[in-house]
Amino acid sequence: MYLLQLFNGLSISSILLLVALGLAITFGLMKVINMAHGELIMIGAYSTYLTQNIFKAYLPASMFDWYFVLAIPASFAIAFVVGLILEMSLIRFLYGRPLDSLLATWGVGLVLQQLARSIFGAPNVAVTSPSWLDGGLMIMDGTLLPYKRLFIIALVIACLVAMYFYIYRSHEGRRMRAVMQNRDMAACLGVSTRRVDAMTFAIGSGIAGIAGCALTLMGSIGPSLGTYYIVDAFMVVVLGGVGKLVGTVLGAMGIGMFNTLFEYWTNASLGKVLVFVCIVAFLQWKPMGFVAMRSRSLD
Amino acid sequence: MKKRLFYQLGLLLVAFALVLAGCGGNNNEPASTNGEASKVTDAPAEDGIKVGILHSQSGTMAISEVSVIDAEMMAIDEINAAGGVLGKKIIPVLEDGASDWPTFAEKARKLISEDKVATVFGGWTSASRKAMKPVFEELNGLLWYPVQYEGLEASPNIFYTGATTNQQIVPSVTWLLENRGKKFYLLGSDYVFPRTANLIIKEQLKAEGGELVGEEYTPLGHTDYATIISKIKEAKPDVVYNTLNGDSNVAFFKQLKDAGITSKDITTLSVSVAEEEIRGIGVDVLEGHLAAWNYYQTTDTPTNKTFVENYKKKYGDERVTADPIEAGYTAVYLWAAAVEKAGSTDVAKVKEAAKDLEWDAPEGKVKIDGETQHIYKTVRIGEVQSDGQFKELWNSGEAVKPDPYLKGYDWAASIQPTE
Repeated sequence: MYLLQLFNGLSISSILLLVALGLAITFGLMKVINMAHGELIMIGAYSTYLTQNIFKAYLPASMFDWYFVLAIPASFAIAFVVGLILEMSLIRFLYGRPLDSLLATWGVGLVLQQLARSIFGAPNVAVTSPSWLDGGLMIMDGTLLPYKRLFIIALVIACLVAMYFYIYRSHEGRRMRAVMQNRDMAACLGVSTRRVDAMTFAIGSGIAGIAGCALTLMGSIGPSLGTYYIVDAFMVVVLGGVGKLVGTVLGAMGIGMFNTLFEYWTNASLGKVLVFVCIVAFLQWKPMGFVAMRSRSLD
Repeated sequence: MKKRLFYQLGLLLVAFALVLAGCGGNNNEPASTNGEASKVTDAPAEDGIKVGILHSQSGTMAISEVSVIDAEMMAIDEINAAGGVLGKKIIPVLEDGASDWPTFAEKARKLISEDKVATVFGGWTSASRKAMKPVFEELNGLLWYPVQYEGLEASPNIFYTGATTNQQIVPSVTWLLENRGKKFYLLGSDYVFPRTANLIIKEQLKAEGGELVGEEYTPLGHTDYATIISKIKEAKPDVVYNTLNGDSNVAFFKQLKDAGITSKDITTLSVSVAEEEIRGIGVDVLEGHLAAWNYYQTTDTPTNKTFVENYKKKYGDERVTADPIEAGYTAVYLWAAAVEKAGSTDVAKVKEAAKDLEWDAPEGKVKIDGETQHIYKTVRIGEVQSDGQFKELWNSGEAVKPDPYLKGYDWAASIQPTE
C-alpha cells in the first residue's frame, strides 16, 4: 500500500508540476502575477474538447483514439496564440507593476471564463479519453498504476526536458535569460526585448495549454476549471523559488508528496490545511523558496 | 536584498488571499456581475401577476441552476398560453443570485418589497435557501424551492418541491442494504448537505444492520481522488454512498475508473448526479453506477412524454431533463393551481388552498402535504445506461409522504436540526 501511496504522491506532484510549469515562466521568470494562468489551462482543455469533436465528426471511428496525440500540440498552439495576444495587448504595458498586472490579468481571467460559458455553455463538457490510456500497469496484487497517471508523468518529463533545452541550450533561450536578468544591458547589446517578452509569455501560456490538455484525463472540463488549479500553481512556484526551474520541480514534489501523506493519515480537508501550514512555516525559514536565484543585479 | 524579501512576502500575501478565495468554494467570482439589471417582460404590470425567479445565472452554481430557470420559464409560458391564472398573465421577474448567498437574500428582499411579486421560485444550494428563509418569513413572502435537500426544515413561507431525506436518501440506503451489501463507505463534499445526510445514514446503518467502513469529506472543487480511492480499496466496501457535489464528481468517477474499479466491483450510489451531470462527466466512466432521485427523463408517465418533448423543442434537442428541472416545472404549476383554487394571490390564502392539492406531474401524481409544505413523491433508483439515461431499477410504488424531521423513524430520534 505504501508503494501505491508513493506513486499517488508522484502522480499528484506531476500534475502540480505540469500546472505550474507555465507559471514558472510567466511569473517565475517574467515576474508577471498572471492570474489568467488558470484560464489558459482551461483554454487548453477546451482545445482538446474541440479536437475530439473534430475527430468525431470528420474522421472514421478507427482514427478516434489518436485525437489525443494531435490535441497536445493543438492545445499548445491555441494557448500560445492567446498568450501572445494577451502579452501584446495588455501585459506589455504593465511590466514592473505587479499589483496592476495582478488585477488586470484577474479581469482577463473572468472575461475568458465568461467567454467559455457563452461559447460552450455553462455545464461541463465531456472528453472521452483515448482507449489506449484505459487500464493500468499491474505491478503487484491489487496495486494498479493507471496508464493515464503514468502518461502524465511522462508528459511532464518531456515538457521539462524541452523547456530545459529551450532555456539553457538554445539561442532564443539565452536571449530570454539575458533579458530577464538585465533588461537594459540586453537591449544595449541589440536584443529585441519586446519580441523576447512576447515569445516568453506565449511559451508559458502554451505550456499551460498542454497542462489543460492533460487535465482532461483526470477531471472536469468547464469554464471554472482554471480556478481549481491557480492557487496550487502559485504555491508551487513560490515554494520552489521564483525564477528557477529546479525549484519548481522541488516545490511540486514537496507539495504533492506531503499532500498525499497527510491526506492518507488524516482526511482531505485537514491534509490541505497541514500542507499550507508546512508551506507557511517553510517560507518563514526560507523566504526565497527551495532554490534562491543568485543574481548580481541590485534590486 | 531587503526590498526583494519584501516583494516575496507580498507575493505570499497575495497567494494567501487566493487560498482564502479558493477555500470559499470559488463563490466570490460572480461579484463582478452583481450590477446586472433585472429583466422584466414588456407587458404592463397591472394586467398581469408578477412572480420572481431567483436562481444563479452566473458563478459556479449557474451550471445547474440555468436549466431550472428554463423549466420554470417554460411552465410560465405554457400557463400563459392556456390563459394565465385568474385570467391574468404571469409576468416573470428574473434576478441573479450569482452563486452568492447574501446576494440571494438581498435579491429576495428586492423582489418582495420593490417588485411586489406574488411568489418566488428559486434557490438551489441549502446555503442559498437558508439565506433567503428569514427574508421570506419576515416579509411573509412565498418561496418555492425545487431541489432535494437534507431535510430538518419546514418553514411556513417555503414550499419544498424537491425530495426531503425520507424520499431519497433513507429508502435508497434500505434498498442498498437489501440488494448490494452491508458495508458502506460515505464520501461527500465538505459542507452542510453531505454532513447532515451522512449523519442520518450513519444512524440508519446502525439501526438496520449496516456497517460503516469509512467516511471522507473533500473540499468543494477538490480535484485529485487518488488517495481516497486507495483508502476505499483498503476498506473494501460493498457500497460507496456518494454525496459529492459539483465538479468533484467528474474527477472522482474518472479516477475511480482509472484505478480499475467498475460498478461491478463496488456499487456507488450518488444523490447529486442527474442526466445533466452525466453529460459533463462522460457516459463511459459512469455506466452502471446508480443514483437515487424522484424523476428521470425516462420516467414513464404520459405527462413526462409531453414535458420532455416540449422542453427539447423549446431549448434544443441535445438538452436533457432531470429531477430538479422537473421539480421547478412542477412548482410553477402547483402554485398556479393553488392560486386558481384560492381565487387570490394572497400568501395566506394560497397556502390554505395548497393543502392536499394534487397535480399530475411528469414524475407522476404529486400532492402537497399541508403540514410540512413538502410534496408526496415517488422514490426511484436508477442505473446509468450507455446512452446517458437512467434505467429504473426500483421505485417505491406510491408517492411517499414527506417527513423532513424523520419523526416516523425511531432511530432518527437523536438527529436534531442544526439551527
